[in-house]
Amino acid sequence: MSPLAGTLAERVGLLILLPFLGFLLNGALAFLKPKAKGVVTAIGVGSVALSFALAAGIFGVMVGAHAEHPFVKALWTWMPVGNLDLSFALQVDNLSIVMALVVTGVGSLIHIFSVGYMHEDPGYARYFAYLNLFIAFMLTLVLGASFPVLFIGWEGVGLCSYLLIGFWFTDQAKAEAGLKAFLVNRIGDAGFLIAMFLLWRHLGTLTFVGVNEAAPRELAFASGTVTAIALLLFLGCAGKSAQIPLYTWLPDAMAGPTPVSALIHAATMVTAGVFLVARAGVLFAMSPVAQMVVAGVGALTALFAASIGLKQWDIKKVLAYSTVSQLGYMFVGVGTGAYAAGIFHLTTHAFFKALLFLGSGSVIHAMHAAYHHTHNTKDAQDMRNMGGLRQLMPTTFRTMWIAWLAIAGIFPLAGFFSKDEILLSAFARGAHDPFWYLVWLVGVAAALLTAYYMTRLMLYTFEGGNRTGDHERPHLHESPAVMTVPLIVLAVLTVAGGMINLPGFLPGGGWLHHWLEPVTQPAVIASGSETHASFGFEIGLMVLALAIAVFGIWYAYRTLTPRLATAAEPVEEKGFARLVAEKYRVDEIYDTFVVRPVVWISRNVLWKGVDVGAIDSAGVNGSAVIARTLGWIGTRLQTGVVGTYVFLFVLGALAVLGALIR
Amino acid sequence: MLLSESLGLSALLFTLGVVGVLVRRNAIVIFMCIELMLNAVNLTLVALSRQLGFDGQVFVFFVMTVAAAEAAVGLAIIIALYRHRDTVDLEHINLLRG
Repeated sequence: MSPLAGTLAERVGLLILLPFLGFLLNGALAFLKPKAKGVVTAIGVGSVALSFALAAGIFGVMVGAHAEHPFVKALWTWMPVGNLDLSFALQVDNLSIVMALVVTGVGSLIHIFSVGYMHEDPGYARYFAYLNLFIAFMLTLVLGASFPVLFIGWEGVGLCSYLLIGFWFTDQAKAEAGLKAFLVNRIGDAGFLIAMFLLWRHLGTLTFVGVNEAAPRELAFASGTVTAIALLLFLGCAGKSAQIPLYTWLPDAMAGPTPVSALIHAATMVTAGVFLVARAGVLFAMSPVAQMVVAGVGALTALFAASIGLKQWDIKKVLAYSTVSQLGYMFVGVGTGAYAAGIFHLTTHAFFKALLFLGSGSVIHAMHAAYHHTHNTKDAQDMRNMGGLRQLMPTTFRTMWIAWLAIAGIFPLAGFFSKDEILLSAFARGAHDPFWYLVWLVGVAAALLTAYYMTRLMLYTFEGGNRTGDHERPHLHESPAVMTVPLIVLAVLTVAGGMINLPGFLPGGGWLHHWLEPVTQPAVIASGSETHASFGFEIGLMVLALAIAVFGIWYAYRTLTPRLATAAEPVEEKGFARLVAEKYRVDEIYDTFVVRPVVWISRNVLWKGVDVGAIDSAGVNGSAVIARTLGWIGTRLQTGVVGTYVFLFVLGALAVLGALIR
Repeated sequence: MLLSESLGLSALLFTLGVVGVLVRRNAIVIFMCIELMLNAVNLTLVALSRQLGFDGQVFVFFVMTVAAAEAAVGLAIIIALYRHRDTVDLEHINLLRG
């Protein structure tokens, strides 16, 4: 009997139901009374805020209860098919409640911010309906007690992502960006599905509790089966969390409204892959190869995406590549087996990246309003049109300043502790296999680039002279309080977020680590080894990381400050810099080697060959030809000449007679 | 006994009728040939009833009655056909050709 039975945790279903009801009501309002913005706001923000309050209540109960085992609340029987008796069950444990708090907490703040950001939009009610639906699916994802229930949420958030990227669907490019996100994710989801089939075939269960219990018993350590399952799951994660090779959709996803980028494409949905690796930690822990792939891909993505971020001019694109890069860090964490470190970085990243995106949203909002006022068609998201916003938008500047230091990894902000712990875990594992030193080194290099590109973003946006335009400058204003208050709250969380998992040697350190232990312990046991870095190493690595971050910031200041005045002038990039500015031409490579061949095969083989050639001519027209030929033979018998009929009749009579006589 | 002779004559008449139906084109001649076939059968029935009782003769009366009705209907059809097509040659009556 779980200590959570009979407590508030029994009401976990409400957590999902509230935002889902919000979706239904706002969806109805979007059709019936799209102008009723007050009601839409109350429902949209209220449902998520209530959900957050409930999650906080359950969390409070759990802190007191010290549950060692997950509390599973089965709501109804979902799929009783043969041996598969699957119920729609939600799992309340120390991991899922942390995720639920992040989703609803950051989600609430972003809902509030959206009230200001989307206020003038005609699709206001539709926007909040989608946003509420997203929260409902995201909570299904993090609270699901089995792979299939998680998968419902997984696909649901993908749907909401598609709907919100293409929110302004009258713009062809934005609609296509939504489609791209959806299609790229299909590749990953196929892997996820096959992994589930394999789990069912080999373990006969799909619940997390069942898999954690059965996997070490039924599958051999480091066997091909468990590696295949883990790698296929990771393929799903790579799609959802935008890792190499499936990361290309995320930068395009910035076509959606900026709060959507903050909520879905930075703070919550894209971290689902990291969450899944932590959730299925036992499977990954049993396959060192899969762990190396996860961490290797994560490290590579972190460096690769960070380097692309160096040369982007669209403020949201910089943040998008930054997100891809930071997600890489999280995968390094969970791939190393440091699940707590991965989840820790996920949480702090949710704070500071949501803050950065909302801050950029505030900037874009002001820029857009100024350009709209003077009917200028210049790009409101291009940093070359910004500059000097420090004085014009002081609150946005100050809050983003904090987030900038946090993501760069400056002591004592949240990002410093979380990034450091991931790198430390990778380094500590290097004692067993030098591969992990390489992962650590790549991570450190990416940290240097992160410090540089974020400083570049801050410099071009806020420092130097303003380049928006003489007519537009008087119209640039700080955003209203409904937008700046969430910024301030997130800034506080960014400062304080590191407290939840301070390094182990400090008093009160490692809280999150200990909190997640009931969830991560089976994976640690399954992996058969646990690594600990010595105290000296930990301090040394921290100082090194800090020095690298400071160097990155200093170098960016030194090289970029002189260029601010001439930033608006077009620059011809050459050589490698041009390749980076063109994002290594990965989209073009995919277009040439994947998209075009697929389109060509679809058109010439599947359409003109199989469909027109085989199915249409042989199948559809072929059956018609057979029927017509048989009919033609029949019509030949109908000569209309009575003599023929009589002749045949006599023949028939003779035949019958002959048969009777014989 | 004239049984075998009767049956032989009946077979001859029936064959004449069948051949007539098959080879002639005039609807009236064909019609007459059909009557010939019917009467060939009647002859068989009468001949056999001498040995097997009167059932055959009773049957003959029925056949004659039906043949009379059939003759009336058949001739009426042929007349109607002639009024429409100005011919009773079955070569030319082929509206139902497929």
